[in-house]
Amino acid sequence: MTEPIVIEGRAAALRIENLDTDQIMPKQFLRGIDKTGLAEGLLYDLRFDAQGQARPDFVLNRATHAAASILIGGANFGCGSSREHAVWGLQQFGIRAIVAPSFAEIFYSNAMTNRLLLVTLPRESIAKLMDEADDPSGNTIRIDITAQALRSRSVQDAFELMPRHRRMFLEGLDNIGLSLTYRDQIDAFAQGHWARQPWLRDVAALTKRRL
Amino acid sequence: MTSRTLYRKLVDSHTVAALDEENVLLFCDLHLMNEYTSPQAFAGLYEQGRGVPMPGQNVAVVSHIIPTHPGKIRVIADGASALQASNLKKNCDHFGIPLFDTNDALQGIEHVVAPEHGMIRPGMVVICGDSHTTTYGALGALGFGIGTTEVEHVLATQTLTYRVAKNMRIRIDGTLPVGTTAKDLVLAVIGRIGAQGARGHVVEFCGSAVDALSIEARFTLCNMTVEAGSRGALIAPDQKAIDYVMARAPDVASRHRDAALAAWNELRSDEGARFDAEHLFDASEVVPQVTWGTSPDQVVAVDGTIPLLQDLPDGPVRSSADRALRYTKLQAGTAIEGTPVQHVFIGSCTNGRIEDLRAAAGIVRGRHVAEGVRAMVVPGSGAVKAAAEAEGLDRVFLSAGFEWRNAGCSMCLAMNDDVLGDGVRCASTTNRNFEGRQGRGAITHLMSPAMAAAAAVTGRITDVRRLEALP
Repeated sequence: MTEPIVIEGRAAALRIENLDTDQIMPKQFLRGIDKTGLAEGLLYDLRFDAQGQARPDFVLNRATHAAASILIGGANFGCGSSREHAVWGLQQFGIRAIVAPSFAEIFYSNAMTNRLLLVTLPRESIAKLMDEADDPSGNTIRIDITAQALRSRSVQDAFELMPRHRRMFLEGLDNIGLSLTYRDQIDAFAQGHWARQPWLRDVAALTKRRL
Repeated sequence: MTSRTLYRKLVDSHTVAALDEENVLLFCDLHLMNEYTSPQAFAGLYEQGRGVPMPGQNVAVVSHIIPTHPGKIRVIADGASALQASNLKKNCDHFGIPLFDTNDALQGIEHVVAPEHGMIRPGMVVICGDSHTTTYGALGALGFGIGTTEVEHVLATQTLTYRVAKNMRIRIDGTLPVGTTAKDLVLAVIGRIGAQGARGHVVEFCGSAVDALSIEARFTLCNMTVEAGSRGALIAPDQKAIDYVMARAPDVASRHRDAALAAWNELRSDEGARFDAEHLFDASEVVPQVTWGTSPDQVVAVDGTIPLLQDLPDGPVRSSADRALRYTKLQAGTAIEGTPVQHVFIGSCTNGRIEDLRAAAGIVRGRHVAEGVRAMVVPGSGAVKAAAEAEGLDRVFLSAGFEWRNAGCSMCLAMNDDVLGDGVRCASTTNRNFEGRQGRGAITHLMSPAMAAAAAVTGRITDVRRLEALP
């Protein structure tokens, strides 16, 4: 796997506040047992009309923006359902970063875990980036993860990244593997926890057995 | 020792290790799973050759994809969905995880099934690959939704890498007026603070109006707090919460009563504990609420009018309202009451419990579903359905022309075959009025069960306070 230290690409503006994950990945694309085939479902109702024809006016359907790899979005991006399919679909479609004034919490965790970069910038910067994104002659954005800096034609902003997330991008941590190194501590914790509150041990198994 | 909030106490009591300044390794007492956000997590375990060390702290329920048509045997006709269900069973069998399968009499929506059988206990950390896991705050348990990668993490370690949240307190005093419910209260709260008003925060509710709510009403309140962007909702457990749990958890009641009561007594924010944000509400001002837009914060009192665009702040709030009104085909500045509906849906993890069905039946009794309206009740679980039938509520709904269905998530998110058509307007007791949520082009108006029942019998959005209960 190549480590994405710099993300550079064309941007597309999605001027929608509270863009929820139901819209990002509609229900009919959630029926799989693997992660494949989700590019088709991305923003389906916005990209296609009721007959399944591409809407020519939607930004990602325009020839000038079809290859966009960075989305500029509205506030509370990714709110609603916890479905990680939204993140997988964005990545399978070719999106590598999203820049917005704010992100919903579960979406934020899901994206960062999958190394879909989310960059939070002030509204004034977002407004400029959206206007620039509309102009195909100058809508390239460069995001340097190491330096935590975003640069476009007229915006030059630093952005925050939790040290943990930064490491995940730069080093590609196996988060589960890392937590498994705490296995002895987890076991010891559980024994103490259950000694104090024995009614929490095997609560699901014991309940199911009783019913 | 410094004063701590209830939230902080729950984080502290589940911290296996502090990972850095912002993150802890958080022990998870109970992990709930469903069929559609877990398959890829199990696949990850197989791929890495990892096991599930504490299977008894995990439980799965077939909930989202299941058809709800009446009948004893439930068959999932859609091939892909049937595979999700059989795959869940295979995975649970493989790792020894208890499962409420498709034809389990107690199957239902995960957030209805878990508490009604005493699986949710005060002081727990409960997680699930579903955003409405905030429901469990009603019992003083910290619940929150996670993604599939985190589902895999919990399965493999029984912990999560957890970014500690900020803490907000919402105090609600006063008495909810007759005709209003916890649903109206939470919609009013979301309407005031906005769809991201609690983003980044775990919300603790307190105040006399919260104390007065039943446990089921508190489930509704905490369930929908996620629609304000919160990372959790909490209510300090009181005698009502204790009674609710003890009645459903015989192991605690018979063997651990005194120790449990002592532990649960500590589950409250200390005097002087600091919150990052605070809000005050007066429940006596709450009027039955109805959403008019495509975000739960686009909500108005049923006797009010849809806001005029020029009255909204210029910028995203106004442009969102404009976009929403184009979708919901409503006029700014007009009354919401009287809007005709073609469909009524009563159910979901927000409002699919027995008290919800009783409230709806109270309005429906002696009346009939209006012409041209299709109305359905989908109980939150098999147990809720059985309880309702024992009280004769099924006959109230059926004789009024409602469909009486089997349990499941159903039309809340329309992942099964309960999907609305383009342009169909639905009075719904669910939690999200997002574009296309109940079907492409379908229009959702969120409201309480009694309000949805009133819409069913009048064929339009109606102030339930106008309808008297009939004998």
